[in-house]
This record gives sequence, structure tokens and C-alpha cells, in this order.
Amino acid sequence: MGEDPARKPDYDAEVGAFCWFIWREVLTTGAMSEGPLLAVEDLRVCFRSGSEETEVVRGVSWSLDAGEILAVVGESGSGKSVTALALTRLLPPAPACVLAGKIFYRGEEVLGLPEKALRRLRGKEIAYVFQEPGTSLNPVYTVGFQLAEAIRRHCRAVRDVKNRMVELLEEVGIHEAASRLESYPHELSGGMQQRVMIAMALACEPRVLVADEPTTALDVTVQKQIMDLLARLRREHGMGIVLITHNFGVVANFADKVAVMFRGEIVERGPTAKILAAPQHPYTRALIGCIPRLGQRRERLVSIDRAEVGR
Amino acid sequence: MSAEETLVRVEELRVHFPRRKSLLGKSPEPFRAVDGVSFAIQRGTTVGLVGESGSGKTTTGRALLKLAPVSGGKIFYDGTEIGALSSAAFFPWRKRIQMIFQDPYNSLNPRLTIGRILDEPLEIHFPQMTVAEREARCADLLCRVGLSPDHLRRYPHEFSGGQRQRIGIARAIAVEPELIVCDEPVSALDVSVQAQIVNLLADLQAELGFSYLFIAHDLAVVEHLSDWVLVMERGKIVEQSTPEELYGDPKHPYTRQLLAAVPFFQKTV
Ligand SMILES: Nc1ncnc2c1ncn2[C@@H]1O[C@H](COP(=O)(O)OP(=O)(O)OP(=O)(O)O)[C@@H](O)[C@H]1O
Ligand SMILES: Nc1ncnc2c1ncn2[C@@H]1O[C@H](COP(=O)(O)OP(=O)(O)OP(=O)(O)O)[C@@H](O)[C@H]1O
Ligand SMILES: [Mg+2]
Ligand SMILES: [Mg+2]
Repeated sequence: MGEDPARKPDYDAEVGAFCWFIWREVLTTGAMSEGPLLAVEDLRVCFRSGSEETEVVRGVSWSLDAGEILAVVGESGSGKSVTALALTRLLPPAPACVLAGKIFYRGEEVLGLPEKALRRLRGKEIAYVFQEPGTSLNPVYTVGFQLAEAIRRHCRAVRDVKNRMVELLEEVGIHEAASRLESYPHELSGGMQQRVMIAMALACEPRVLVADEPTTALDVTVQKQIMDLLARLRREHGMGIVLITHNFGVVANFADKVAVMFRGEIVERGPTAKILAAPQHPYTRALIGCIPRLGQRRERLVSIDRAEVGR
Repeated sequence: MSAEETLVRVEELRVHFPRRKSLLGKSPEPFRAVDGVSFAIQRGTTVGLVGESGSGKTTTGRALLKLAPVSGGKIFYDGTEIGALSSAAFFPWRKRIQMIFQDPYNSLNPRLTIGRILDEPLEIHFPQMTVAEREARCADLLCRVGLSPDHLRRYPHEFSGGQRQRIGIARAIAVEPELIVCDEPVSALDVSVQAQIVNLLADLQAELGFSYLFIAHDLAVVEHLSDWVLVMERGKIVEQSTPEELYGDPKHPYTRQLLAAVPFFQKTV
């Protein structure tokens, strides 16, 4: 927004890639455009099957600056993953799924872009750690093959691919990294698969990382290692992170701001400390009240009566 | 606790995976994913299993269902050594032991509706039930895990991650097993739905005497449900005791490290 449209790269022309490269360099070397890195404005997503129609995302807006971590928390089934997939139009095509609203990546609307241009964004500019391992890990190829492909596709500058792969796996805390390259996904534990997906997403230092429940299969110590890695990348490279999580420990320690989703809407947002200490919306308050604590042996855990918190 | 209450006894369980041969042809040492693990589960109780990512928790759980290649040790189920059984002889145990899989995506057949996924085990293991009875049971199961009976006609890909995880839970409890191996059963759920599921598992234990091997990373949830807790590191159990003792006075450095990483607001003041 607020940029000279004449300077926008022409995606469809073959020179597009070159312009894009120059454009990126101009922006990195200080001439950073005003406004957020990534912004969602009044996003709506509707699934259709037969005559049935369900609106699962109902007017969601948020923004992410470079170097910022936005945590998206909320009810299971409230539309967090669907919102994340919509960012680069990864949802099923038109009749089955209808999108409305706007998404701006560095000032440019992306929902209207042709598929080819979107493909250039995905992975290289906006990288994903999907909630579902099957979306990024192919069971018939080794981890090394898939990681090498991610590196070759998105960052041709890397010479020594093998070295880079080992380095990436070590960064996410996988022991015996070199020998793990020959493993197939099913030969890895749940937490190792998750970390391989994180390594793949980080392979080319994307500007935006969309991480959908990236630490569910990790014990607290490995989880901290991964989150420290992400925190360092955002500090050193200004990577913006959208972190979808149910883990309030991770939110409290790493997120700058929080958006709370309930039934397809954002019911509350704000700086992390404020949301955790003084939640305003009844759903947020109830949700925070449900966090299990140590020393509650055999007590009944508190859960939310949905009818009470919904309007 | 007397010996006849013991439902599962695992003795020196070993699961080794062969490593790929190097080019020079010398076969390398196998990978010891589970390396001499022993524990017992009493009927109607819960054993929690925590540990480092990759320490062998899932593999241990899978071995109880004969889903992992056991290379040593014995598993006694209700006095019978199941390791020695052929798959035909193991058939009745398929109803008695269920598993909630860590990966809810790969464990649901994408071509079947949820109705079919839940109905199939009922049809196999309860031949006396009528279609209407089974349908009512499926609808009730979905309600208990916080989904709606309208969902029965949908396919797995039309659900969120946490919803799919709950379908896996509904499927495991459908046949009223004696033991459920719960592998990270609440990891994809928000804390409220997580509480609902944890309460459901506790209720089923009280009503029907289910036993659980409960694998999880959330120490508060493990403490809440478990009567006995195992801590694994690199294929071995490094510490096991009651939750009171383990959390109150952790002995092994890894256990201490785990407890030290619990966020402040999960600690009671
Ligand atoms: N392909 C689809 N067709 C129809 N409905 C869908 C489809 N994908 C998701 N939904 C529905 O959209 C809603 C939002 O799903 P989404 O995956 O965004 O939830 P979520 O907030 O990520 O939840 P979780 O925390 O459980 O992962 C859910 O109610 C789900 O059932
Ligand atoms: N089929 C297999 N072939 C080879 N190695 C395997 C196989 N299955 C598991 N492993 C290895 O066994 C080890 C233990 O895996 P397991 O899945 O039991 O770990 P886990 O404790 O469940 O970890 P997480 O908490 O990450 O899920 C891992 O190092 C894994 O790579
Ligand atoms: Mg999700
Ligand atoms: Mg596991």
C-alpha cells in the first residue's frame, strides 16, 4: 500500500523473476515500504458441498510486521488453519470453497494474483509448517531427497546442499543428522517429522513463516530449542511468524501479540501480556481458565460450556 | 496391588530397527528404538509415559498392539504372552486393545465417511447389534467427543486437525476395549476441548474400567490422569514412580529438566 504501482514487478512476463529479484533487493536494503509485512482484511471462507454451505471464517483481520510473532489461539475447529491456508490460496478451488476479503503481502494484494505468481510466493517468501505432516512430507521419498529439493527449488545460491541439509537438521535438534537424511518419513518419530518439516520451511529463510501447531509432538525441552531458533531468526533476519498454537506456554514466552479465534471470528486481540493477564472477551477468559495446572490430580478439569460464552 | 489385577506386563521389551547398509557392505548395528523396557499396567488404572521426542514412546505403545517388530522381551496380556500369538489367534485382542494414534491424518481412511469409520469396528466386533443401534451409538460417540451427529456424513479431509484427533478417540472407545494406548491424544486440542476429553477418559475408566497407557508431553495432563508415570530417554525407562513422588522429588536429571521447563502459570502457587 502507498507504493508506486509502476514499480511493481510484472509477474506474467518472463522477466518477472528478474524484476522480483531486484524488487526484493531494493526492499531489503533499507528502502522498506511502510505498512505491515502481511495483512489480512475481512477474510471470509465458505465451504460448499451439495446444497450445504458453511462459512467457517467470518471476517477475520490481522496484520504482521517484519520481526514480529503473532500467535493465533482459539477453539479447535474455529478456522485457524483455514485462515492460514487462505493466505496463499492453498484451499480447494472455487465451487467447493469460496474466498472473499483481501490479503496484502508487503503492500500487494495476493488473493487476486495468478497461480504462477502465487507459486513464487509459496515456500520462498511465505513458508509453511503444515499441521498435517502428509501435506509436506511425501512417504515415498527420503528426508534427504525432500529437503534437497526444497533447498534447490527456493535458494539456488546454496552450493553445498548436503552440508546445508545437515546443518538444518542439527539446528532443529535431530541427532545423527547425516544418517537421518536416508530415512523415510515413517521411520521417524512424530516429533522428528515435525522438526524435518520445520527445517524444510526454514531452508531458504523465508520472510514469513506460517507455523500451524509446529510443536505439538515435541517435549518441553526440544520445544524450547525450536522456539529459540525461531526467535533468533526473527531477530536476526526480521522473519515474521504467524504461530498457530494451543500451547499457552509457547504463547507467553514467545509471542508479541495474540489473536483469539472462536467460531470463525477473532473475538479478541492484543499484546500477549495484556491478553494473558486481563482477557476481556468471555471466551478468552474461559479458555485461559481451562489451562491445566500441576497439582490437580483427579480433580475434574474445567471445560467451556459453549452456549455460555457465545453471543 | 495384587498380581491378579495386572492387565499388562511388559518384560525387557526390545524393538530394534535395522539400519541401512553402507556401501562397503558391512552391516551396521541395528537402531535400538526400545531397549529393555519393563513395566506393568494394573486393570482400571492409567500409566503415563513421558520422554524426549524420539525416545521410543510410540514404538513401545505400538508393540503392545503387535504393530512394531519386537526383537526381544515378553508382553503378557491378562496372563497370555501375546508376542507368541499368530495374527489369527491375536484377533480377539484387537477388540480388547485399541490405540489412539499420534498422527490423526494417516490413521483415518480418506475414502470413508466418519459414519463408516466408526461403524466398521462395531460391525466386526458386535455382530449382534442392529444397524439402527450402531447408528445411535456412532452419533452418541461423536457428541461425547464434542462433535455433532451431522458430521457422520463428512469425510476426514473436511475436518480440522483437532476434530480429526477426536474422531480417532471416538473410534478407539467405540468398541469398549479394556486397554487404550493413547499416543498424544490431546495434542491438537485447545485446552477446553482437551479438558473435556480428559474428563471423558476418566469417566470411562470409572464406569467401564478402561485402562490406559497415556503418552503425552503435557506434564500437567499426565499428572492429572496417571496412577504411575514412566519417563523414557533413548529407548530406556530412566525413572518410574507415582506422580506424587516423580513430580515432588524427581531423581533423574532428564525428569528434572522436563519439570523445570513447565511454564509458570501451570505451576500451583
Ligand atoms: N475441506 C473442508 N470442507 C468442509 N469443511 C471444512 C473443510 N476444512 C475444514 N472445514 C471446517 O472448517 C472449520 C475450521 O477448520 P480449521 O481447520 O481452520 O480449524 P482449526 O481452527 O485449525 O482447528 P484445530 O485447532 O482443530 O486444528 C472446521 O469446523 C472444519 O470442520
Ligand atoms: N519403522 C521404523 N524404522 C526405523 N526406525 C524407526 C521406525 N519407527 C521408529 N523408528 C525410530 O525409533 C525411534 C523412536 O521412535 P518413536 O516414534 O517411538 O519415538 P517417540 O518417543 O514416540 O517420539 P515423539 O515424541 O517424537 O513422537 C526414533 O529414533 C525413530 O526414528
Ligand atoms: Mg488447525
Ligand atoms: Mg511418538
